[in-house]
Amino acid sequence: MSAARTGRDMTRGLRRPGAVVAVLILLVLTAWAVAPGAFTAHDPVTGIPAERLLPPGPGHWFGTDHLGRDLFARTVHGTGLTVRAALLAIAVALGGGAAIGLIAGFSGGVLDDVLMRGIDVVLAIPGLLLSLAVVTALGFGTVNVALAVGVASAPVFARVMRSRALHVRHAGYVEAARLAGSGPVAIVLRHVLPNAAGPVLVLAAVELGAVALAVSSLSFLGFGATPPTPEWGALIAEGRDYLAVAWWYTALPGLVLAAGVLAAGRLGRTFEAEGRHAR
Amino acid sequence: MTARGALRLLGGAAVVLWGAFTVSFAILYLLPSDPVSIMLSQSAESLDPAQVQALRERHGLDRPLPEQYLTQLGNALTGDLGTSVTTGAPVTDLLAEALPHTAALAGLALLLAVLAGTGIAVLASWTRARWLRAALLALPPVGVAVPGFWVGLVLLQLFSFTWYVFPAVGQDGFASLVLPAVTLAVPLSATIAQVLARGLDEAWRAPYADTAFGAGASRNRVLGAHVLRNGSLPTVTLIGVLTGNLLGGTVVVETVFSRQGLGRLAEQAVTTQDIPVVQGLVLTGALVFVVAGLLADLAHPLLDPRLRGRRAAPAPRAVPA
Repeated sequence: MSAARTGRDMTRGLRRPGAVVAVLILLVLTAWAVAPGAFTAHDPVTGIPAERLLPPGPGHWFGTDHLGRDLFARTVHGTGLTVRAALLAIAVALGGGAAIGLIAGFSGGVLDDVLMRGIDVVLAIPGLLLSLAVVTALGFGTVNVALAVGVASAPVFARVMRSRALHVRHAGYVEAARLAGSGPVAIVLRHVLPNAAGPVLVLAAVELGAVALAVSSLSFLGFGATPPTPEWGALIAEGRDYLAVAWWYTALPGLVLAAGVLAAGRLGRTFEAEGRHAR
Repeated sequence: MTARGALRLLGGAAVVLWGAFTVSFAILYLLPSDPVSIMLSQSAESLDPAQVQALRERHGLDRPLPEQYLTQLGNALTGDLGTSVTTGAPVTDLLAEALPHTAALAGLALLLAVLAGTGIAVLASWTRARWLRAALLALPPVGVAVPGFWVGLVLLQLFSFTWYVFPAVGQDGFASLVLPAVTLAVPLSATIAQVLARGLDEAWRAPYADTAFGAGASRNRVLGAHVLRNGSLPTVTLIGVLTGNLLGGTVVVETVFSRQGLGRLAEQAVTTQDIPVVQGLVLTGALVFVVAGLLADLAHPLLDPRLRGRRAAPAPRAVPA
């Protein structure tokens, strides 16, 4: 009974029209990422030279590019790489940030001070510049771009995790577990992590869109996927040279990216609001 | 602010800058490669080992890492950030040359962002038409979600290639500054609008607003005299943070509009993997962040008299709720 009630409360925010549209957009993008071939019959890599720079129409929904490749096919096939890079970046930020925050919040004292001062320093460097420094050191490619974006996003996760860990550390049940003889590792795994996981996961949902944006910005600058691999940022960069003659080349793939980021942000904020109500 | 308070702020700023130097050194130099081998790995011509060794010696890369760190830190303290690996020019010269272009762009973008963000938030908080409020508050999430490079390209397409209003490239005169500044301002204004709208809503619900209404003040009077002033405090801090992060946004915008500024310098330095230049830019970014944060701290007492001369004044007898 009570489980059913909380279940209904948790989904209430998801039933608003905006959230429904956001979920639909994300479902479509997920489907594109998982099975791009099911949504387009065109080849994303080899084009038909006779069909260069065709405007959008029934045959080519997003038009074609300078090599006669179908841009809808390239956008659909590019989804997987962009989404995977964003997820990898979030995983790095979540894993690294949460570990630092957990250590800082749970150990306290000098170690806490040192780690948090370090986080302050990293936050003082503009995120994109920090990512660029990491990309310079690691070299180019989608995986390195994702790692770089993850490193730059980790401090936010560290802060949230630390505040949760500090909160839980002095809770009665943790004291009880300690008195009952649990070691620090057991306490962290059994009590601190489960209690801190909620806010950190919500933050991951909120940050997903921003991270996808950062990943595609770096690919747009040319540090990510190498041609002819389709990736959203790189795809839009290719269209730069055809701005005057083919508006669809940059406009339509960019619209898809913007819709995805907007939907992810909308859903993240819904979770955030639900989390606030639940507490 | 007392001299001691100012000294503490400056000390904190110095620590952050030293930290930023150390972090960027750690990222760029502790990883397995060094600037010269990274540069050579992607140039087509091959150098013989003696030449490579000479290059490494000229940049001091044959020394042990702790020694390199201390030498570089000492040089940085005296204003020497090394030389570009690709062009051989001093990094500080490259930065100084690019800075004015970026400062003009960033300044205009910040001005536009504050105007647009404040306009959206104040109108949304002031209006009683629910549809207008809903429409205005729907704008910021969109502004945050649209990719900057895409906004820039769409603006170029419309205003340079379709209507011929603004030049597509170049950086002569004010006209060439408009489109890049608007592009840079979109996400900034969205963030400002979000935070300011939240601050204003809280201020409307605060007891002092009720008191002012009770004393017979009009809606506009309450807005102008109480709500704006109190509700904008978090936004001042935010503008400091946004200014500190502006350098990141200029990388994309200056690349899209082919402007020679700090952001474009960053894009080129990463493309050629010119590590001293990248490090110089990271330090510049941290410096801007620290200075912007200090300015925001200094601006707080101007808006909130409670923060003025906290030390000089005798202990407050009663804190107004």
